[in-house]
Amino acid sequence: MTRQYLSTGSEWTFELLDTYDRAIGQLAEKFELDTYPNQIEVINSEQMIDAYASVGMPLMYHHWSFGKKFLTNQQSYQRGRMGLAYEIVINSNPCIAYLMEENTMTMQALVIAHACYGHNSFFKGNYLFRQWTNADSIVDYLLFARNYIYQCEEKYGVDAVEELLDACHALMNQGVNRYMRPSAISAEMEKNQAREREEYIQRNINDLWRTVPTRKEDPAKVRKRFPAEPEENILYFVEKNAPLLKTWQRELIRIVRKIAQYFYPQRQTQVMNEGWASFWHFTLMHQLYREGLINEGYILEFLHSHSSVVFQPDFDDPRYSGINPYTLGFNIFRDIRRICEHPTQEDKVWFPDIAGSDWLKTLHHAMAQYKDESFILQFLSPKVMRDMRLFCIDDDDRQSFLEVSAIHDETGYRALRESLSNQYNLGNLEPNIQVYDVDVRGDRSLTLIHTMHKGQNLHSDTAMEILKHLHLLWGFDVKLNSVNSKGEIEHSYCTSETKSVA
Amino acid sequence: MSIIIDRRLNSGKKSTVNRQRFLRRYKNTIKESVQEQINNRSITDMEHGTDITIPRKDVSEPVFHHGDDGQRQRVHPGNKEFHSGDRFKRPEGGEGQGSGEGEASNQGSGIDDFVFQINRDEFLQYLFEDLELPNLIKKELMNSTEYSLKRAGFTTAGSPDRLNVIRSLRAAHARRIALSGKERLAIRELKRELRELEVQPDQDNKEKEEQLRVQIAELNKKLRRLPFIDDFDLRFNSLVKVPQPSSKAVMICVMDVSGSMTREIKDIAKRFFLLLYLFLERNYEATEVVFIRHHTEARECNEHDFFYARETGGTIVSSALVLASQIIQDRYPPSKWNVYIAQASDGDNWDSDNKLCHDAITQKILPLVQYFAYVEIANRHQNLWHTYKDIEKNYSEQFSQQQIHDQSGIYPVFRRLFEKKVE
Repeated sequence: MTRQYLSTGSEWTFELLDTYDRAIGQLAEKFELDTYPNQIEVINSEQMIDAYASVGMPLMYHHWSFGKKFLTNQQSYQRGRMGLAYEIVINSNPCIAYLMEENTMTMQALVIAHACYGHNSFFKGNYLFRQWTNADSIVDYLLFARNYIYQCEEKYGVDAVEELLDACHALMNQGVNRYMRPSAISAEMEKNQAREREEYIQRNINDLWRTVPTRKEDPAKVRKRFPAEPEENILYFVEKNAPLLKTWQRELIRIVRKIAQYFYPQRQTQVMNEGWASFWHFTLMHQLYREGLINEGYILEFLHSHSSVVFQPDFDDPRYSGINPYTLGFNIFRDIRRICEHPTQEDKVWFPDIAGSDWLKTLHHAMAQYKDESFILQFLSPKVMRDMRLFCIDDDDRQSFLEVSAIHDETGYRALRESLSNQYNLGNLEPNIQVYDVDVRGDRSLTLIHTMHKGQNLHSDTAMEILKHLHLLWGFDVKLNSVNSKGEIEHSYCTSETKSVA
Repeated sequence: MSIIIDRRLNSGKKSTVNRQRFLRRYKNTIKESVQEQINNRSITDMEHGTDITIPRKDVSEPVFHHGDDGQRQRVHPGNKEFHSGDRFKRPEGGEGQGSGEGEASNQGSGIDDFVFQINRDEFLQYLFEDLELPNLIKKELMNSTEYSLKRAGFTTAGSPDRLNVIRSLRAAHARRIALSGKERLAIRELKRELRELEVQPDQDNKEKEEQLRVQIAELNKKLRRLPFIDDFDLRFNSLVKVPQPSSKAVMICVMDVSGSMTREIKDIAKRFFLLLYLFLERNYEATEVVFIRHHTEARECNEHDFFYARETGGTIVSSALVLASQIIQDRYPPSKWNVYIAQASDGDNWDSDNKLCHDAITQKILPLVQYFAYVEIANRHQNLWHTYKDIEKNYSEQFSQQQIHDQSGIYPVFRRLFEKKVE
């Protein structure tokens, strides 16, 4: 083959970026990677720190907590304690990817393959993103949100807005719908609806809280709970039902809720998303090399960066801080390809339906139809468990010891796979807290139920803090009961008392 | 098809507002931190920004998360010698703990404090917030000698350095148009006539054409004789003098450098003055500082000598006070200047000198100055303090004294002396 190298030096130029992007794009097409159009933005380190602070979004409303993040990152970066990411990519259409100007040409190529084709196709293909996020309108929505909050700050004061946002941020994780799907609307419609909601909400709430009884109530009648079914989305419940909130406050809650919902799929697909992107930068860069478009120097530099990205320290290594999602995801995707192309006897037993199938199709299917939890449960193979030498530790506070419950051997594979899958189940990681009841006819207090998972209590200090925030939103007392598996209340927190009652 | 954009030239200051919001929220904590630092810094090191430390729990943003109890399983990589069913004691610091708690450190050694940097300006701003020079007034003087020049339109006469080129050329242009109207009209007429003749097929107009051309050329020559620019056209920027009310201030720093001043006391005094100096330098553009050091006799010196040179001897405070009043009269007439005096001493003085000091201050100095601040650096009140006590009683508006026990007292005393007074 006598094709020319695309380039040989380490310096990048805009022409070269374009050349590489085209070359990688053509290869990606061969691998059937379906992507949003790319918008590649070259930024410097200062801008990267800015981007970190606003959770990577190109625009964000102002809040002190972003300033805090900025200061933290700036400090650790200046002290050399932290390297910056090579890229940030945003789930939007067009898909915005930030490239650092410090990167060498090889790194830029890696990053283009990783972000602009890997992550990008994941955003477009994975079912969670397709269902929950609207890549077309997110930037518009953020613009709307920022302007709206800015206006609120002018009208009602920075302090009032800040207090409310603090409260919303504390409940952000409890502000997502896990099961019900929202319908997609554009930013323009959003604005109109915001206006319409104003009247409507206020009217409805007045109705709910009407104090004049319409007819004689039968005291013996069993009081109906409100809401009739427990509500998992606390912010949503507060937005729709809190009696004293002003309209702009409801709109602010809604904004925080929407943004939380936008990020929810990312939190559920970390392993898959990074694994998928790493798999493709690995595959695409090798393809470039195989086709004679880059030289040995490039591929060696690439391999060096790649191996530090997917480096997994052992559990007893001082650098260890949990399983590296890049490594786990990359290993699984790579192993799926191996199972398809060169299945062993073991693979045929474990994966009868994919062993020997078309690898590209299987891989795309795996990317599109799963989230971390189900992905691991479905595709984590014994070989990967052996290679990573995974083992599972049981930690029970009723025992004085830890026990190794499973390791990478014949008897342990299934248990190991199941516990690792659970480890990525947000439903287990986050406390399950739902709105249970409102004392509509009485003191209007709000009761939340925390359904305990495996005897795990809430961290009590933060729980009290958050209840105070919720109290601010709700306007009346808030109670939180932790209920164990037997249905007994183990802990009770209440805003009207200073201490929690054991 | 990808779009590639160079964003590097965009301003990288997107986080400025968020950073300010953060500083605003933790203003009081930052202030405390700054005040603590000022006591621990070396004298030469007042000019830098600083690290601010805030307890991490104060800046935390709570989210619901699980405590440490309950049953949980965790998968780890890199098994070496474990088999299923192996049991071992729970390690301290909890290896089995979840790492799903975001910023919570799972490295064993937790990070307790949130540390960030503020720059010098911010540092000084927090340091000197709500402080002012007391009784600072604009000295508006009937016989003010302070003037500033202000633009006041244009004039037709002036010195060449004030020539306004654009206005002048515009005037010249207007004049040329006005004066040449008749000729240009005539030329246009003649030209039209000439064109008509040229397009006519007859050949016998040749002579007439030639005649017209001569006429046009003559008129053009006449036009060209109009001067391009004339004295008449010149315009000058007009500047007028506006009397300026003066708010100039001078701070006279008086420090005792006698033998009774130990190194430690001198150090405290120097810190006090340095703080004062930074405060003035930062807040008042037109503030002058005069340094006077004294033992038995007083001497004016420059900033460096004041802070760093050594001297010993007895103490006669009045010598410095007399010199100060002399300097004020010579160089800083109270009609033009707001005069301030700050004095630092261990309070030791010749007994017989105290009366002189009292008289010097009440008669010579207080009538001339805006404010007199005295700091005594001692654990017990010395004789000068008692002398000044009387003055403070009678001239509480203008005179104030405070005592500093040790280094940590410098900043609070400084604040008390220069606190913004709410009217």
